Amino acid sequence: MADVGILAATKAAQHPIHTLLDGPRGAKPKKKLSRGNIIVYGTLFVFAMYYALPLYVMIVTSLKGMPEVRMGNIFAPPLEVTFQPWVKAWSEACTGINCDGLSRGFWNSVTILIPSVILSVAIASVNGYALSMWKFRGSEVFFTILMIGAFIPYQIMLYPIVILLREAGLYGSLTGLVLVHVAFGMPINTLLFRNYFSSIPEELFKAARVDGAGFWAIFFKIIMPMSLPIFVVALIIQVTGIWNDFLFGVTYISSPDAYPMTVQLNNIVNSVQGVKEYNVNMAATLLTGLVPLAIYFASGKLFVRGIAAGAVKG
Amino acid sequence: MTITQTRPGEGQGGAVRRPSRLFRNMSAKVAMLPLIFTAVVIFLGGTLWTVLYSFTGSGLLPRLEWVGLEQYERLWGTRKWIVSIQNLALFGFFSLIGTLVIGFILAALLDRKIRGEAVFRSIFLYPFALSFIVTGLVWQWILNPEFGLQSVVRELGWSTFTFDPLNNPSIVMYGLLIAGLWQGTGLIMCIMLAGLRGIDEDIWKAARVDGIGTVKTYVRIIIPMMRPVFVTALVLIAAGIVKLYDLVVAQTSGGPGISSEVPAKYVMNTMFGGQNLGQGFAASTMMLVMVVIILIPWAYLEFGGKKNG
Amino acid sequence: MNMQDTSVSIQHLDLSFGAVKVLQDLNLDIGNGEFLVLLGSSGCGKSTLLNVIAGLLEPTDGQIWIKGRNVTWAEPSERGIGMVFQSYALYPQMTVEGNLSFGLKNAKVPKAEIDKRVARAAEVLQIGPLLKRKPGALSGGQRQRVAIGRALVRDVEVFLFDEPLSNLDAKLRADLRVELKRLHNSLKNTMIYVTHDQVEAMTLADRIAIMRGGKIMQLGTPAEIYGRPQNLYVADFIGSPSMTFMHGTVEGQTMRIPGHDLPLGAYAFKSQPAPGTPAIIGIRPEHVMTGDTLRSAPYTTDVTVDLVEPMGSDTLVYCEFGGQTFRIRMDGQAQVKPGDRLTIGIDPATASLFDKTTEDRL
Repeated sequence: MADVGILAATKAAQHPIHTLLDGPRGAKPKKKLSRGNIIVYGTLFVFAMYYALPLYVMIVTSLKGMPEVRMGNIFAPPLEVTFQPWVKAWSEACTGINCDGLSRGFWNSVTILIPSVILSVAIASVNGYALSMWKFRGSEVFFTILMIGAFIPYQIMLYPIVILLREAGLYGSLTGLVLVHVAFGMPINTLLFRNYFSSIPEELFKAARVDGAGFWAIFFKIIMPMSLPIFVVALIIQVTGIWNDFLFGVTYISSPDAYPMTVQLNNIVNSVQGVKEYNVNMAATLLTGLVPLAIYFASGKLFVRGIAAGAVKG
Repeated sequence: MTITQTRPGEGQGGAVRRPSRLFRNMSAKVAMLPLIFTAVVIFLGGTLWTVLYSFTGSGLLPRLEWVGLEQYERLWGTRKWIVSIQNLALFGFFSLIGTLVIGFILAALLDRKIRGEAVFRSIFLYPFALSFIVTGLVWQWILNPEFGLQSVVRELGWSTFTFDPLNNPSIVMYGLLIAGLWQGTGLIMCIMLAGLRGIDEDIWKAARVDGIGTVKTYVRIIIPMMRPVFVTALVLIAAGIVKLYDLVVAQTSGGPGISSEVPAKYVMNTMFGGQNLGQGFAASTMMLVMVVIILIPWAYLEFGGKKNG
Repeated sequence: MNMQDTSVSIQHLDLSFGAVKVLQDLNLDIGNGEFLVLLGSSGCGKSTLLNVIAGLLEPTDGQIWIKGRNVTWAEPSERGIGMVFQSYALYPQMTVEGNLSFGLKNAKVPKAEIDKRVARAAEVLQIGPLLKRKPGALSGGQRQRVAIGRALVRDVEVFLFDEPLSNLDAKLRADLRVELKRLHNSLKNTMIYVTHDQVEAMTLADRIAIMRGGKIMQLGTPAEIYGRPQNLYVADFIGSPSMTFMHGTVEGQTMRIPGHDLPLGAYAFKSQPAPGTPAIIGIRPEHVMTGDTLRSAPYTTDVTVDLVEPMGSDTLVYCEFGGQTFRIRMDGQAQVKPGDRLTIGIDPATASLFDKTTEDRL
């Protein structure tokens, strides 16, 4: 051990400057709860309450029996958990003469959703592809009109579409509503695909042309396989958008039997007849929100990416 | 050299036939037909059609019977429309400011390298995934005077506490505003956060070296740098406000009375409920005018400025 | 050039985007098996020209002939070309094999023939073990080989290269450059190669076309371009460090610059300029004589060293001469430091003279 001591001593002698003096040394100690941190987390927490509370209230109300709802406060957790309101909302709640619950609206929405989403993603992706890689004279003009159209209040186009659909014999039918969803979903999704495809190196497209691939071959064999994330993003946008639609459903579906879920939900909750069953209403509301919520929480970052991509490059 | 005299297609060695202008790039043109139809027939054609028919006396069915500006005179003489416009102005003003301020504050807080950022972001954004109908119905329930917020606060001991916006015509729009902000701020927060993340880290380092405080850095340096993001957010919020419809239908149905009517709902009621198409067309044309008033300054700032710069 | 020897011929080519003329009345004949490099700084139109040859851009006017066939309106895949891109442009979701065979499948080539060609390309480029991998799992150099392979399997006469080495680091670039040269020696295809790197151009090319503003400034062998630049632009562009230019006037057999009269007896004039013509003389730093070689110099003078840049293999010396900063390239071992007096020699035979107004070679 002595050797080591001597060695250390000689080293210290060789480098006298390296001896540490008193004073700050190493990393500066941080206060765990600085004033700034309290403000940051405090504010975030207060806002989080505001945003989270309605979901919480929906859940707890839908799990209470009506007597308990009338008795207590809406923020209190249920004393006695019951799923009766959910059952009633799903299969018994009444709109007008129908008393077969929200399940009808749910299946209507599903029937509207599937063809609308498939068709609009297919069309928008091809649009975006043509707009980014096969520009022709006038293609940008059509695109600009489409994008301006996205900002125009839908109300101004509602009636002309009624006429168009009536002429085509589609007014009031599911097919008509599907076409309307495809048309109004087109601007955002086309923009999304166009921006994404524009970021694909042009050389890849050139290489494929040298390799003799045409419009469709390049799209299906080169572009599509490498663009799966953006297809998922478009899917998310369209599923939530179409599921949440109220305006088009109420305008272009003539028979209440065929109303989508949102319209039926509104009719159930805001119906003036009968005693208000708040627990059933909340169960119904939550049921309607379940599909987009599930997509939102499952997709995470892709959802954020979708709305950011659609919004920022407006 | 002889070949220099020949024009393309005539030369020796079997030239390739040139397709005509119209048929070149044909697949792309065919593929774009749905877009062309939507843009030209539905969006452009539909808008022009409605504007045109707003000058007619269409009632149950559209008729080309010119009445000049009569529909507009009647529109602006209708109390329900005036109330709708006033409501929209009030809602729009507070919604615009509220969304921008809350959206930015939340984004700035999340950008402070905090723990649990993903959790907070999920909580702030999930309402955006919900439909306006769901939003409206939930807040209708929370703001219910008998069982909701008001009664809970009273039970806590503040027995005179009164907050019953959905039954009070003078503050009903604030009830809608609470729900609207709840639903829409998450989106703006996301856009703002993306904008903040896009700012060069070195700006923060420079501000720190210069000894500029955090809040001051945001106000004096960061926000001015984010001008384009704010403009985008502004346009998005504004375009959304004009479309305000579902939320009102679900939360208040326009009531109490007509105190929470909005233009989009007026259009729907006159067009499909009142079978007074001309009024609906005139009202929707006025909505278009509102959007144009919003969009023109924006387009001027965005595209007009670039030409000079 | 005879039609039979011409591989690619560009006739009176014009290309404009709106009011911007990118290519102007461009004529170029490229011989069979020739390695032609299009060299220029960014925006000179070299890549545009390559894209027009490939058929990826349409010319406004003029013709493209490949192998005696007018392909001006032909699709890229019908032109008998293969192309290698700067970013490699490999299809990310296909394996290396898929990348190589995609073009052949589109052309409906029989499976057996595809396999044969892929195998041959893989052998030539030594990428056999990589065939089942995806581009994402390859290094930069390997990707570039696959990109070349994609052109190779097409069995075409003309290869087009669009800055194929610029995305690689310096060492890999030098290696692949040698390989490319070897490939050309063995394949003997026509190759048109776009680059902004003059070392690549000088080492690879049979002929170089230096482009600027959509025009060819000079077309010639690397030796011609380096030794007898036809105008001031080419003279300045080629050579690193670049030529030192000095302004003066030509008086018969003398170049008069401030303080010095350089004898031009050994200079090969294209045509004798009128006495008093304002001119610019360009002298390459490596052509300035120092030390032992001074004896053969037609003109010597003394200068004071201003700044020294040692670069390892050689040393760049800055001094004042004729009222200007003058660069001299000396041996790496040279012991000079600022303030030293140095005797230098200049041989006008190796210099270039340009008319000051037209900027053309005298």
